[in-house]
Amino acid sequence: MAIGKRGLVWVAGASALAAVLAGCGGNAEQAAGGGEGALSGTVTLDGSSTVAPLSTAAAELFQAENPGVQVTVGTSGTGGGFERFCAGETDISNASRPIGEDEVAVCEDAGVVYQEFQVANDALTVVVNTENDWASCLTVEQLNAIWEPDSEVTNWNQVDPSFPDEPLELFGAGTDSGTFDYFTEVINGEEGATRTDYSPSEDDNVTVQGVTGSPGGMGYFGFSYFEENADQLRAVEIDNGEGCVAPSVETVQVGSYTPLGRPLFIYPTAEVLARPEGLAFVEFYVANHAEIAEAALFIPLNAEQEADLQADLDALREQAGA
Amino acid sequence: MSATATRARGATARTLPAKRVRWADELFAWALRLCVGVAMLFLAALLVYVVVRGWPRLDGDLVTAYTSVIRPETAGARAAIIGTVWVIGFVALFCLPTGVLAAIYLEEYADRERWWNRLLELNIANLAAVPSIVFGILGLGFVARMLGLGFTVITASIVLSLLVLPIVIIAAREAIRAVPGSIREASYGLGATKWQTIWRQVLPAAVPGIATGSILALSRAAGEAAPLLLLGGLSFISFDPDGLFSRYTVLPIQIFGWISQSREEFQTLASAGIVVMLIVILAMNSTAIFIRNRYQNRR
Repeated sequence: MAIGKRGLVWVAGASALAAVLAGCGGNAEQAAGGGEGALSGTVTLDGSSTVAPLSTAAAELFQAENPGVQVTVGTSGTGGGFERFCAGETDISNASRPIGEDEVAVCEDAGVVYQEFQVANDALTVVVNTENDWASCLTVEQLNAIWEPDSEVTNWNQVDPSFPDEPLELFGAGTDSGTFDYFTEVINGEEGATRTDYSPSEDDNVTVQGVTGSPGGMGYFGFSYFEENADQLRAVEIDNGEGCVAPSVETVQVGSYTPLGRPLFIYPTAEVLARPEGLAFVEFYVANHAEIAEAALFIPLNAEQEADLQADLDALREQAGA
Repeated sequence: MSATATRARGATARTLPAKRVRWADELFAWALRLCVGVAMLFLAALLVYVVVRGWPRLDGDLVTAYTSVIRPETAGARAAIIGTVWVIGFVALFCLPTGVLAAIYLEEYADRERWWNRLLELNIANLAAVPSIVFGILGLGFVARMLGLGFTVITASIVLSLLVLPIVIIAAREAIRAVPGSIREASYGLGATKWQTIWRQVLPAAVPGIATGSILALSRAAGEAAPLLLLGGLSFISFDPDGLFSRYTVLPIQIFGWISQSREEFQTLASAGIVVMLIVILAMNSTAIFIRNRYQNRR
């Protein structure tokens, strides 16, 4: 009996080890397939978890053509990413908000030269429960009244007297995310300023579940989370003084979905452009930005933004002397 | 002799009110079974939940393919599995010898009358309660940056070793303390030195307890994500970590990355990843169980 049980554990263990070893074995063939004259080396990216899928898609598409280059993507968050970026530990920083003044100073002291590239758009989407048939459009002022620090709004009828008596349940982004920084900045006027009596989560799927489960629920997150859950949630139109605008690829691209249409950035260093594999990767990212954005479920740049991106690349190239 | 002892104990029991004893006895035994049942029920529920949710993706790609944003339906955890084996292998190499030697010092050599030894014990007990993210911050400032080891397998291994060291030390001390004093005295009586006594008598007798503690410690290390998020655990890597100074990722970080993705396929993939992680931990633990049983049989 005892042997039987022990045997079972061993079978499980051995099969797991075999699987791992089989995985190791396959690598030799792949590494040999690099070919001569091909690029090699590493490019390291870190930063926003929102932008990570975008840069990961870029890395995957790039590596399909350049198997010798190792591109890695980390998710330390926008702030954590800039911290490592300015310490010279990463080549490219992913960011869901522009670099802050204090971060600029740190980078300057460390002598890190970089350029801001807007590579895609996102629509921060305010969502409510499907049972909510009253709040089809909210003004920025109403959102501010709901989310401002020490807000006393706890019921939908306090937002607008015509709304029914339904307790408001708020779900938001965790304080470490660029999503949180951006939302509080444009809605409450100051980055990080928010009421604190809501359910924060770093995982947007938790927000989806929270809003789906409560009739008076409200939350916000990136557009792709809404698209993936469009059958379970309803997106609120936003009125910024010029009528109600729903979040969509079109409204973000023409710039009418304000102020919640947001840019997504990467910050490459001049140093990375000086390396052949780094230059190749950044050029690939810029040239294929639309395909990359679509693969990662983001909203591609419009023509004007595209021209800016090309100009940014040229500017950084000049700084790098490449 | 033991048969007589049992019979004698049985005889005393029979003098007590028989019915009440049997009733309380039964109740207690059922309470114990219930407790074991609750623990097993939760474990079974967790297992069934992740296996059912991850079932569509429990395929070959899961262990042979790298992660992907573009092709979630064929993405896998290959780099994370190999990374976990590297990191936890070195954690075992760093923390088991250190932990066991520290435990030997505290149990066999340290003079408890001395204030510094008592301070040492207090600190070890406290360290066991420090949140893991604090070890991550320490690792970032000291191991990765000051020692210049960077965001590599060795940094992760050192930090996770520090994290689980108190568990190893406390478990090893308990095991060493449980070795009967008479064994030591007999060894000394035969003329053995202190070192010979510890190495040939105390340690072999304590191995089963130490192995159990090590299983707990390494399983905890294998399941940690928080400190490694600060230490360069990557969410995308498409090569195999191949040594101490390689960039890496581990399964908990890979799973965390998948769970927070918006696409439904990644939720399935995350569940499948959890199943893989359970298998990897089970594989490592079964090694420790094998060692424990070997020593138990030898005795």
